[in-house]
Amino acid sequence: MNFGFSEEQELLRAEVRKFLDQNASLERVREIAEQEDGPSTDPALWARMAELGWVGLAMPEAHGGVGLDLETLLVVLEETGRSLFPSPLISTVIAAKAIERFGSEAQQARWIPSLADGSKVGTFAFLERTDSFTPGGVETLAKPDGDELVLSGEKLFVTDAAAADLFVVAVRSGSDADSISLVVVEKGTKGVEASNFAAMDLTKRIGKLTLEEARVDADCVLGKQGGSWEAAQWLLDLGAALVTAEAVGSAEAALNITTEFAKERVQFDEQIGKFQGVKHPLAEIYVDVESFRSLVYYAVWALDQDAEDARIAVSRAKAYCADTFPDAGIMGVQLHGGVGYTWEYDIQLYLKRSKWVRPMFGDADYHYARVAQLGGL
Amino acid sequence: MDFQLSEQEESFRQEVVSFLDENLPEDGQRTPESMADWSTKIREKRWVGFSWPENVGGGGGSIMEQVILKDEMAKRKAPSLGSCFMGLAWVGPSIIQYGTEEQKQKYIPDILDGKYQWCTGYSEPDSGSDLASLKCKSERDGDDYVVNGQKIWTSIAMWSKMMILLVRTDQASESKHDGITCLLVEMDTPGIEVRPIKNMSGGAMFAEVFFDNVRVPVANRLGAEGEGWKVTISALASERSSIAEVHGLIRKIGEVKELARETVRGGRAMSDDPGIRRRIAQAETKIEAMRLNGMRFLTKQLKGEPLGSETSINKLHRASLEIGLGELALEILGSSATLMGSEEESVDGGAWARFALNWPEVVIGGGTPNIQKNIIAERMLGLPKD
Repeated sequence: MNFGFSEEQELLRAEVRKFLDQNASLERVREIAEQEDGPSTDPALWARMAELGWVGLAMPEAHGGVGLDLETLLVVLEETGRSLFPSPLISTVIAAKAIERFGSEAQQARWIPSLADGSKVGTFAFLERTDSFTPGGVETLAKPDGDELVLSGEKLFVTDAAAADLFVVAVRSGSDADSISLVVVEKGTKGVEASNFAAMDLTKRIGKLTLEEARVDADCVLGKQGGSWEAAQWLLDLGAALVTAEAVGSAEAALNITTEFAKERVQFDEQIGKFQGVKHPLAEIYVDVESFRSLVYYAVWALDQDAEDARIAVSRAKAYCADTFPDAGIMGVQLHGGVGYTWEYDIQLYLKRSKWVRPMFGDADYHYARVAQLGGL
Repeated sequence: MDFQLSEQEESFRQEVVSFLDENLPEDGQRTPESMADWSTKIREKRWVGFSWPENVGGGGGSIMEQVILKDEMAKRKAPSLGSCFMGLAWVGPSIIQYGTEEQKQKYIPDILDGKYQWCTGYSEPDSGSDLASLKCKSERDGDDYVVNGQKIWTSIAMWSKMMILLVRTDQASESKHDGITCLLVEMDTPGIEVRPIKNMSGGAMFAEVFFDNVRVPVANRLGAEGEGWKVTISALASERSSIAEVHGLIRKIGEVKELARETVRGGRAMSDDPGIRRRIAQAETKIEAMRLNGMRFLTKQLKGEPLGSETSINKLHRASLEIGLGELALEILGSSATLMGSEEESVDGGAWARFALNWPEVVIGGGTPNIQKNIIAERMLGLPKD
């Protein structure tokens, strides 16, 4: 029994942390994030990270990846979360996993290598105006036409939409519940438009994908045409787990920044961290962060193992995180007092990240409802 | 990460499973006679005091074996191993660590056999959360200590034969933590008076204990004079087992779910109420977080790293769950939650109402939630002491 990381994984963590401390200080993160219509990342740093093998870490070796598990990727995500480093890492990993898990050998060879080496960005486009994680929520249509599919619809809240070269899109080909397919759509295809929204959290780009009679070859369908709802749901679970893993790092950093502030700030001739009115909320945040950390560690392990309880494990982790991280962000700003409200202080960056994390791949309401249902209620 | 058992651990698990199959009466067929028989068998099997060294009569079980045993026992809803609760939880471990050879021989076998109960004389009217400020006085007189003072919140004092008692032997010590001594006291010693305290659920588990010139032989001192605080801290640490309480909570949430399914209000089962569903899911998630936190702490222990104050995380969860599950059950029940009698309208004779009044025993007992938060803030986050 070992509910912890291996020596190699801890070394990787130290290496990623050092790299990000040196190259992606919060000052630098702000520069990257504050560019209007900027890319989802610093292209030079992204390329360097890909070179170091961190982008392709959990992608198959046969197609240019490093071939490690999600558990090892989790270590990297905790660190990118800590530093708020803006990058399309999670988006690209989900796209690659979709192709690896549900695509043919030929499809893997066609798309994964350029995702693994960081030269192309991938993302998963699921949500629509319905804002619903159900088969019925998918209204984008795929009409067969000879050897092609004609896609029409609009995907919203697509992570790294503008930066993406490749979209794994959930579409529907008929009216029954499970006529869902996953289709790979490449940027540049006629009728495909992607752009970013102006978002609250500048370190996370999010946008929309418009498909106007976009034609793709039938061999762009991953797995079965129709009958891929289970696959789509697995990708949503993967997304929820990866977002939560990254949130562990962000929430911990928010706690640390606020704790350090409480040690330095003096009022009534005392460090404010001496007062129980300050101590107790910080202790509560610590309890919550450590708890969703445990939950997501297990969830990621369960996904790696295809364990029976992977689904409920993911929902528990994301639900707990979505329920508590936003409160931690608010409390962090509140305990900073007036300066917490300023653009200059860093705690606001984490508050905004918490608000990005909350709905991403399902909020607390959605995931607790699933915990209840999967738990036999 | 690896949640698989090693070959050796797996064979231990098999051994546990087959012993339980053969010897533990099924839930529902447990009579006083069959359970007395079971008690003898687990004592012979050395599952009582399973974590204690073999040379004092314990089972010498490794940490992982303790976990496996607890897990398998919980799956069958088996009763706790041994009946001398405080003796097994902390009195025994303290005696094993600090006791003389004579003390070990005198007390340890009786604790394992469950011959009588021990109680714990720590808290005083003016020393609750600030335990080290205790005043109960003890002066040396020949081969005896003479004890004068009062203890309070002493669980099961009225049913105990022995007490582990903290007294102040040095009034002038520089630190309040010095000058405290630990004594093992027979409860029928002249001068001891026990007055049970009726609690808000109507029952009495606690008592006040008064000491009026009570003579305790020096031979009954545990550890050196002035070493009582150290004895206590290490005893409480041995109680800090990381996975202890989660099984009880897993069972309880199962009962709450059952209650939600069975309770129909306004023509609808409460298990279909979205608010109730969310709260049940939240509680269940918190319990799972506790279980997994415990496994992370366990991993630390297995790697030989000492367990620090992170165990306060689960104490806080447990406190909120002990209160929260009771409240949840009462909300599910609605109006009938106000009843505690034997009428038909009172569900299970008011068992849930009683449960919802009993959380202070657990929540206040091992250090209040506010104290746990101080511990986390100061020891885990490094915030200044106040």
